[in-house]
Amino acid sequence: MRSFGRPPVPCGLRWPGTPGHGRCRSGLSLWPSSVPGIALCRAPAWAGPGSVTVSAVCQGQEDGERRHQQLLEAVSSLSGRRRRKLAERTEASTQVSEFNVSCKGAGEKLVLSELLQPIRPKSALSTVKKELTKVKQKKAVELPLSKEEAERVVREAAYVRTSKDVGRWQQVVLQNRRAEQLVFPLKQEIATVVPLEQVVSAWKARTPLEQEIFGLLHKTKQPITDPLLTPEETASLQAMSLEEARQRRAELQKARVVQSYYEAKARREKKIKSKKYHRVLKKSKRRKALKEFELLHKSDPEAALAKLEELEQLRMQERMSLKHQNKGKWARSRAIMAKYDLEARKAMQEQLARNKELTQKVRVELPEEEPSDVPEEDLTSETVPTIPVGASGANPWMLGKPSGPAEELKVQEGLENVAVPDAVESKEEMEKDDDEEDMSEEEALLQDFMQKRQVRQQQARSLEEQGADETEAVPELPGDGPIHPISAEDQASVGIEQPPQAQEEILLSEQLGRVQTMDDVDALASEERVEEQEKLVVATAEKPVPARAEKRVQQQEEGRAGDKRAKKPAKKKIISLEAVLAGKPQQVQCPSLPVVVEEEEGGIDQRGVITEAFAGDDVVADFTREKRKAEEAAKPQPVNLVLPGWGEWGGTGLKPSARKIKRFLLKPPPAPPRKDQHLPHVIMSERRNIHAAAHQVSELPFPFERHQQFEQSIRTPVGATWNTQRAFQKLTTPRIITRSGHIIKPLSAEDVPDMATTAGTGAKPALEIVPQRPEPPLCRRRRRAR
Amino acid sequence: ELMIPRNYDPALHPFEVPREYTRALNATKLERVFAKPFLSSLDGHRDGVNCMAKHPKSLSTVLSGACDGEVKIWNLTKRQCVRTIQAHEGFVRGMCARFCGTSFFTVGDDKTVKQWKMESPEYGEEEEPIHTILGKTVYTGIDHHWKEAVFATCGHQVDIWDEQRTSPMCSLTWGFDSISSVKFNPIETYLLGSCASDRNIVLYDMRKSTPLKKVILNMRTNTLCWNPMEAFVFTAANEDYNLYSFDMRFLESPMMVHMDHVSAVLDVDYSPTGKEFVSASFDKSIRIFPVDKGHSREVYHTKRMQHVITVKWTSDNKYILCGSDEMNIRLWKANASEKLGVLAPREKAAMNYNQKLKEKFQYHPKIRRIAQHRHLPKSIFCQIKEQRIMREARRRKELNRRKHSKPGSMPFVSERKKHIVAVVK
Repeated sequence: MRSFGRPPVPCGLRWPGTPGHGRCRSGLSLWPSSVPGIALCRAPAWAGPGSVTVSAVCQGQEDGERRHQQLLEAVSSLSGRRRRKLAERTEASTQVSEFNVSCKGAGEKLVLSELLQPIRPKSALSTVKKELTKVKQKKAVELPLSKEEAERVVREAAYVRTSKDVGRWQQVVLQNRRAEQLVFPLKQEIATVVPLEQVVSAWKARTPLEQEIFGLLHKTKQPITDPLLTPEETASLQAMSLEEARQRRAELQKARVVQSYYEAKARREKKIKSKKYHRVLKKSKRRKALKEFELLHKSDPEAALAKLEELEQLRMQERMSLKHQNKGKWARSRAIMAKYDLEARKAMQEQLARNKELTQKVRVELPEEEPSDVPEEDLTSETVPTIPVGASGANPWMLGKPSGPAEELKVQEGLENVAVPDAVESKEEMEKDDDEEDMSEEEALLQDFMQKRQVRQQQARSLEEQGADETEAVPELPGDGPIHPISAEDQASVGIEQPPQAQEEILLSEQLGRVQTMDDVDALASEERVEEQEKLVVATAEKPVPARAEKRVQQQEEGRAGDKRAKKPAKKKIISLEAVLAGKPQQVQCPSLPVVVEEEEGGIDQRGVITEAFAGDDVVADFTREKRKAEEAAKPQPVNLVLPGWGEWGGTGLKPSARKIKRFLLKPPPAPPRKDQHLPHVIMSERRNIHAAAHQVSELPFPFERHQQFEQSIRTPVGATWNTQRAFQKLTTPRIITRSGHIIKPLSAEDVPDMATTAGTGAKPALEIVPQRPEPPLCRRRRRAR
Repeated sequence: ELMIPRNYDPALHPFEVPREYTRALNATKLERVFAKPFLSSLDGHRDGVNCMAKHPKSLSTVLSGACDGEVKIWNLTKRQCVRTIQAHEGFVRGMCARFCGTSFFTVGDDKTVKQWKMESPEYGEEEEPIHTILGKTVYTGIDHHWKEAVFATCGHQVDIWDEQRTSPMCSLTWGFDSISSVKFNPIETYLLGSCASDRNIVLYDMRKSTPLKKVILNMRTNTLCWNPMEAFVFTAANEDYNLYSFDMRFLESPMMVHMDHVSAVLDVDYSPTGKEFVSASFDKSIRIFPVDKGHSREVYHTKRMQHVITVKWTSDNKYILCGSDEMNIRLWKANASEKLGVLAPREKAAMNYNQKLKEKFQYHPKIRRIAQHRHLPKSIFCQIKEQRIMREARRRKELNRRKHSKPGSMPFVSERKKHIVAVVK
């Protein structure tokens, strides 16, 4: 079909060259054409010689017509536009085409050239042509892949996909590898109990014995397969959701925890033995009560009055029972202890203070009648005669009256400053801020004791002459009078530092109490006597002890409990202020002095003995010698390469020449300066100790990058000796914790929260890591450790 | 509880390093003193123990199959055999429990796959398998899917079976040699690994029912085990005395070569924490390797234990079971010096502290010497020595060759790559 795409050929030119146009040749003569060279003869290419004329005659005529028609068409096509004319129906025919085709040539064969006629070569055919050329260019279809190769392709694709899927775990795995601690099983399971019904229903009696037992049971109509829950119960179970139940359980748990916490706290607080803590606690309680009372006073005077009455009641009770006087068994035992035990003394003081407080008469006053300065006097004069003004200033609530006097305080301060500046200073030194109220209490106590002492003095004068301090103290005190408050000066001097004396007073004051059994008296008397004796001993020992020893004693004293040290000089202040001002070292009177002196003497002996024993040893000289030796040894030695005889006279007794020696005696460069050259008491050796080296790490272990890191890790202690309990626990937690009896299941997406979501969707991997190789996890680096 | 107030002033507690060193030394010594890992031996089989299986739900139950076709179920707490089944004619080649623990499968030399109930038969019932599948060829191994009712057998090819059918769902082949072991990945459960006699390890994907990749090693791999905590890691027990841990994404070289055995490694099982694994060897010993270390941290052996054929690490990470040629199953502690039973809090704290101390001072030569000392039977000891000499000779020879050949013509090949022949896509 090569002629298919060919344009209509001008017959005149190409006639001979177009084979297969036999019909034209054999047919009629060429039509004269009006347009020379364009007359066309279209004959079917496939007509071939075999189709030569069937009925030449009739065909000739028809052919003529047709050709005419064709000619017309050709001419019309020349005008450029093709017009398709409707064929006319010129004659009746049996065959009528509905497509406006005349049925002229109905009987004859179709000629391809005619069919091709409407196809315009330029426009529509080009695409077809292109396609045709393409088709021609294409080779034959390739053979399908061999089975192996196809499989291989599939495998590769599958492998890439699978490794991508598996790669999703990369992050999880790395996390687990690096984790400080892993607790297995990763997912803690809640144990579920299989309901009994299920167990029972699955079980059947099979053996004769079982059947027999079953029979017996049936006889007695024991419930076997009864539902274990009543319908109501099941309904309620269904009604209560798991969430709700959990919540409730959590609440209950929390409540229980809180309760137990408070219980524990209360127990703990109850157990605290610290006196101070209890004192502070009590104080805070009291303060709180006072505040409340104040509020009450303002808001509801009647209630306040009632409260005051209550207090009065308490006071009365106390006065009746005398519960807090030093009469009880406990108090007596304390009294014995108090001499040696500071705590006991304090306890006694406290108790007395309590007694005092309780027996104090509370002044009932209504707020509106209360001017600021008047009640002050009243109070001091009437209700609490023995309480010092300073104390009242510092601690107004001790008076049983809420408001505190500011003016009084000022005045008092002024007085203090004028009278004993240094005492004030010392007081300030000693004073701890939290102790203020405490001190005032103590002062109150002191006053009490003084008062009592005075009474006692009147009764028994003989006791006064015992201690120098007491005799000195007494003349000051009587001026104050038993009922009036003592002068500010005195208070200041007494200050906080009173307690030691007061303690002694406690012991004494007990004797002046009410009724005593004989035993009590005996006991106390014996104590008194002991004390006296001690004091006497001290007094006598004072003189013979040399000044140095005295100083020692003082130092020793200072080494003791802080409060004692603080209180000793204060006592002296009471005794004589001049002495304090002069700054002379004063003999401290303490019962342990003789013992100390003895020790002192013993110590001297000891030293003598030791010096005697090591008389020949001169350690310092030995050391310097040793050091010098070490220095010498460390110096680099000259290398002697001098050989006698070469180039010189030989023989016995000849020495190599100086020139030779100079040449062959090699002097090494001087050693760097020694590190211990400025340390006279130290020898530093930098030589490696092979005995120690056997115990040391010679190579830097793997995870460490520098030897400092490693040393640091070794230097940090782990044990509970050096760390707090919490830190110790943290430092020693094991890396992997497993619980015995728990099955550890393989990792699954549910165990890992972020994995679960990605696994659920399936399509999207969280990570795409496939192409990149993870860091070689396990390579070892080795370096020398120094 | 008594709280003693303590003063942590470092001046009051001097010499912390020497003191802790001494404590560490003592702890290490005590660890060695108390290292008595052997707990008991379960005897009752009348032939060598060829395979074992763990119960997925019960820690105290263990199944074992022997070379005479007998299967025994053991109660570990009582250390007694609770049930005996004559399961096959000839060897029991492989066994595995169903993931739910209600039944288990065995394959044997009589070309059958049998499914058995885990519970012992009721009174008067016959001891019979639930299902029996008669195959055309011998099955050499079996493993069950971790979540679905699917299991895989291996022999001439890897077959994947639905439990309900008597013909395999699909058969996977790649090459024509007999496959000795097949294992499902416990995390990505569609993945399978198998090893065959033609020295290769093949991975399969069940979803696409296609093999993925094949690694050919120098020598035959006897079995492999997937890491239960790291989805892409598996360890292969090889004939060449070594174990190889692979990352399945990078099969060109193993992550780690674990060497210490002196004869073919026959079985391997991971600890459930995925941090260690235990291997059984023909050299009559079992060894425990950390996953990230090239050498073992522990070796267990007894005078009477012969070639160890199978080994399992129990699911609570506490014990190791090994079945050996001389018909016994042995129960070991996974941590040789661990005290069994309940520990008082103070005991626990002391134990933790000692552990930390040992870790802290592990690099000190004296402590390391004590911690690393193990007694070995003479045969193993001599073989180790011999192999060391051989290795040294080989190294020397290579060195000399390299010295006398053109520079660059003898490239250095790392130990990891040395054992890999090829990776086939």
